[in-house]
Amino acid sequence: MPVTHTQVGCPYCGASCDDLEVVVSDDGKEILEVRNACAIGNEIFHHATKPGRVTRPRLRQEDGTHKEISYDEAVDYAAKVMIEAKKPLIYGFGSTNCEAMAAIGRVAEKGGAVLDNCASICHGPSFLAIFDNGYPSCTLGEVKNRADVVLFWGCNPMHAHPRHASRYSVFPRGFFTRRGHKNRFVICIDPRETDTAKISNLHLMVNQGHDYDLFNAFRTALRGHEIPEEVAGVPREQILEGVDAMKKARFISIFYGMGLCHTDGRNHNVDIAISLTRDLNAITKATIMAMRGHYNIAGPGQVWSWSYGFPYCIDLSKGSVAHMNPGDTSSIDLAMRNDCDAFFNIGTDAGAHFPIEAVKKLRKHPWITIDPNICMASEIADLHIPVAVVGVEEGGVVYRMDNVPIQFKKVIEPPEGVISDEELFNRIYMRMCELTETEPVWIHHPALDVAKAVTEE
Amino acid sequence: MAELLIKNGSVFDPTRSINGDVMDVAIRDGRIVESAGPNAKVIDASGKTVMSGGVDIHAHVAGPKVNAGRTMRPEDKLFKSQAAAGGYRMEMGFSIPSTFRTGYDYARMGYAFVMEAAMPPLHSPHVHEEIHDTPIVDEAALPVFGNNWFVLEYLKRGEIENAAAYIAWLLKASKGYGIKVVNPGGTEAWGWGLNCLTLDDAVPYFQITPKEIVSGLIETNEALGLPHSVHIHQNDLGNPGNYRTTIDTLRLAEGVTAKNRFGREQVIHSTHLQFHAYGGDGWGNFESKAREVVDYVNGQKNVTFDLGAVTLDETTTMTADGPFEHHLNGLNHLKWTNVDVELETAAGVVPYVYSPSIRVCGIQWAIGLELALLCKDMDRCFISTDHPNAGPFTRYPRIYTWLMSRKFRDETIGSFKYSDKVVAATEIAGLDREISLYEIAQMTRSGPAKALGLKDLYGGLSPGQDGNVVIYDIDPANLPSDPSKLEAAFQRAAWFIKTGEVVVKDGEIMNHGNKRTLWVRANVPENPQVKRDIHDKFIKDYTVGLQNYEVRDYLAPNPYVIEVEMEA
Amino acid sequence: MNNSIQLNLITQRAIEEGVAMEKGKTTPEYFEACSIIEMNPEDIKQLGIYRNTNVRVTSECGSVVVKAVVAGQYCPPGLAHIRQGVWANQVVPPRTQSTGVPQYSGFPVTVEAAPGDRIKSALECVQGACGLWNGGT
Repeated sequence: MPVTHTQVGCPYCGASCDDLEVVVSDDGKEILEVRNACAIGNEIFHHATKPGRVTRPRLRQEDGTHKEISYDEAVDYAAKVMIEAKKPLIYGFGSTNCEAMAAIGRVAEKGGAVLDNCASICHGPSFLAIFDNGYPSCTLGEVKNRADVVLFWGCNPMHAHPRHASRYSVFPRGFFTRRGHKNRFVICIDPRETDTAKISNLHLMVNQGHDYDLFNAFRTALRGHEIPEEVAGVPREQILEGVDAMKKARFISIFYGMGLCHTDGRNHNVDIAISLTRDLNAITKATIMAMRGHYNIAGPGQVWSWSYGFPYCIDLSKGSVAHMNPGDTSSIDLAMRNDCDAFFNIGTDAGAHFPIEAVKKLRKHPWITIDPNICMASEIADLHIPVAVVGVEEGGVVYRMDNVPIQFKKVIEPPEGVISDEELFNRIYMRMCELTETEPVWIHHPALDVAKAVTEE
Repeated sequence: MAELLIKNGSVFDPTRSINGDVMDVAIRDGRIVESAGPNAKVIDASGKTVMSGGVDIHAHVAGPKVNAGRTMRPEDKLFKSQAAAGGYRMEMGFSIPSTFRTGYDYARMGYAFVMEAAMPPLHSPHVHEEIHDTPIVDEAALPVFGNNWFVLEYLKRGEIENAAAYIAWLLKASKGYGIKVVNPGGTEAWGWGLNCLTLDDAVPYFQITPKEIVSGLIETNEALGLPHSVHIHQNDLGNPGNYRTTIDTLRLAEGVTAKNRFGREQVIHSTHLQFHAYGGDGWGNFESKAREVVDYVNGQKNVTFDLGAVTLDETTTMTADGPFEHHLNGLNHLKWTNVDVELETAAGVVPYVYSPSIRVCGIQWAIGLELALLCKDMDRCFISTDHPNAGPFTRYPRIYTWLMSRKFRDETIGSFKYSDKVVAATEIAGLDREISLYEIAQMTRSGPAKALGLKDLYGGLSPGQDGNVVIYDIDPANLPSDPSKLEAAFQRAAWFIKTGEVVVKDGEIMNHGNKRTLWVRANVPENPQVKRDIHDKFIKDYTVGLQNYEVRDYLAPNPYVIEVEMEA
Repeated sequence: MNNSIQLNLITQRAIEEGVAMEKGKTTPEYFEACSIIEMNPEDIKQLGIYRNTNVRVTSECGSVVVKAVVAGQYCPPGLAHIRQGVWANQVVPPRTQSTGVPQYSGFPVTVEAAPGDRIKSALECVQGACGLWNGGT
């Protein structure tokens, strides 16, 4: 009989839905059916057991072809690159668990590396704004249970977080919002008429790149001052309609995304969004939330904050203390300055998602990709080490976009011999210790015992 | 495991009324024993102070709001981080140190146990992730219950049994230790931007008062027979004139007797009392009401408290009292983080500078110390800074020193910009009392261990207790006249042995010890209604699946589980 | 000389891109989903091309051939969208305003009709840029 796993977590977007049902074949090897997932989540589960998975590390040869090598050889290669590089850059972690993020900390500390995650090219400006202005937020259940005004600013959940509106923000019937959608006034602010704009009560079509002006108009109007007839391409009446809805609200949730972080203004756009939230709290209840892209991209921000005090762009090359200075210790800036001499792409695809100019610069140095899938980063790497797919073949803690930890489970075994990120990092760490004839520093996680046993063999 | 013999130290062990007697302490297999064999490793402690490992009853050291503070404040790391030593992890941060620094710094001060003071149940996997990344020091965490929808509904209907069954389930699900209450009712009200400032302000929608919540939880706690009592952060924290609400809250314990098998005597632990002992009706005539509060506590055997003493640092305030942090932000206009947690609680984080140039800060500092100096039973008065709210835990040695040295207190008062006004609004300048080493041991060892129901493990040096022994380079017969020397000796222990292993020598970390996570499994009769309520709320109101909510065992890899049986 | 037009380009997510990416970045689905530029019909008209014609998009730091289509999610005149991913990143400026984040959205591009130019595959774009392209598929 096939087995149905319930309350399975979805390893795609920051909504981190954990209500999937996954039907697995008798032998536990094939995923037969996935229920409740969006189109993208569905694809992830089905993709995992399709033919064509890489199941052994592949090392690029002189002639450009890849040759399969053993995990031991791959671990040795990675450990040596990490030791020999003066300032290796470790980047990614959009798609792995927190156990792996903790394990990589030891590797990075020992290697004197820069430790960075996808926020660096995504919600990094949110961190910069939080450093300046804080972050009055809430968990997604609060939105579901209380919010009667929901604002999507520069984000398009209908595409990027397909079940966000139905699980948390627009449609669900919550404790104090029994009528679901009918209890909520939805505002969308976007230069395009996105599919999110189409489900909104009010769409303000802001001129692209002029969000700061519009936020300013909102704050001004909220404080009872005059605003011009048109701001950032939006007529005054529409702005006042939005402001009026907010004033009458009992609980406002502001969600924002790359429309603020990826364009002119960056952290300043987020900063003023936070200030608007603070202003609103003087008259009613208001919260703000970054629409984090991946199911556990909030994870490295958490794990590394408790490890180093910084969420990203962490330069450990001093060896004594960690140092963070986005714009300087951020991946793209390091790449463009030629300021790192080895690149570890982990649980992401920098090959596809970095500007090509940055990829070209990084590719001048050893490039190691650690990811379950074939992707651009694997196809330009010197070494590609495949790992188990977290959320499908490996469980672990992940942090949803609202920083709520969710314990994901595994539903099938990884392909024979394929190991987890955490085990891989612990093995690289142990190998680095062997090569440098040093003692490993306090590790107590059960996974390490596995790693130790394997190393001893 | 090797045997250790600590010879000729001046031992302070209030559990056996040992007050500086020169004697030996032996450890075998991680525990204190009567005597050691001939092969024991000998540590000479002559001319030094010997105590059991410290017990911190209340600090925010692990979890979502601590980490929100770390994330929000890169400046807390700047020039304030200790350089890493070979063989150890990096140590980052000051008021909100990294987990590694937290473990190392507690060990350097000779602390064996710290209670994480407020765990949002939904975030309990996070709390445990941080705990297992904190070396050496044993930890437990108190889930918050004072604004939990299940609790509000059960107590509104007077269903103590159901409340008990739910709390028992949640302690197990979150691997939690006991019942923490933060601004009862007020934090739920904060879901609508409101608050409950008195004991009689009804919670919106739930229509239950803070008074009913506190009384109900005290009753539930004793029905369960938990090792610790209700641990409460009262309503109206941090506001002038709040001492009345504080005393009114403590009165709710009158006539209630502790029922448990752990030797605990109190039924309410009032935390960071400094923040709740304020007089005046505004900041203009803000003044100390420490005497009024302590006078009440002195007369009530079933109440314990910790100080929440202000250390005059730049720090990071954080509490599940969401409305308070919003209010504080309105006073200092620095950055503000807030997290409302569905069905359970909230949290706020705001940086704060306790400046010696600000009158109110000076008065707050005085109140924290007055509470101890006016207290008559030091086994019920514990040292805390409500880390990091009134200051970082690494300032405990300075608090000991202020308490032990009138001279040091006078120096500090003298350094204030408005010394006269601080003196006028407090009694601090008139208090001659100097706390003894014995009393320090009561306030940081025997007292909190007993209040937590952990006296069999911690707090003393009797055979059978954990082999946690700290040696401070302080000669009780010849206390240093320079307060900074006393502080330095407490800051970095000469030796710290944690469950039989030397983890600190000459103030330096020697190894990563063998830390544990303590939690309580309360066994209650099967309760179908509560089971169904839990199931329903997870289907309808939560956004996380029940299966993914309960903390999995691997996240607390070194558990020490305390079993409690509730009588039907 | 082909007609050309100046547009403001943004590069963001789309569900089609998400689904295709999880299928694999070397699949035809990913190619279909991401090697397009979404434009306003007026701008396509002004460019003097039919819909679904290849165009060359050139920014301050590079150029890429993609197919011009009418935006499914309406773009006002003057604004164009290439879904995030391989083709978009051939032209995204790596400048970060000292924040770490490249200028993924809101940068000027010149779009010119290129009906005879071939759209490169994902691998050809990325491996080619790194000198690793061996002419395969």
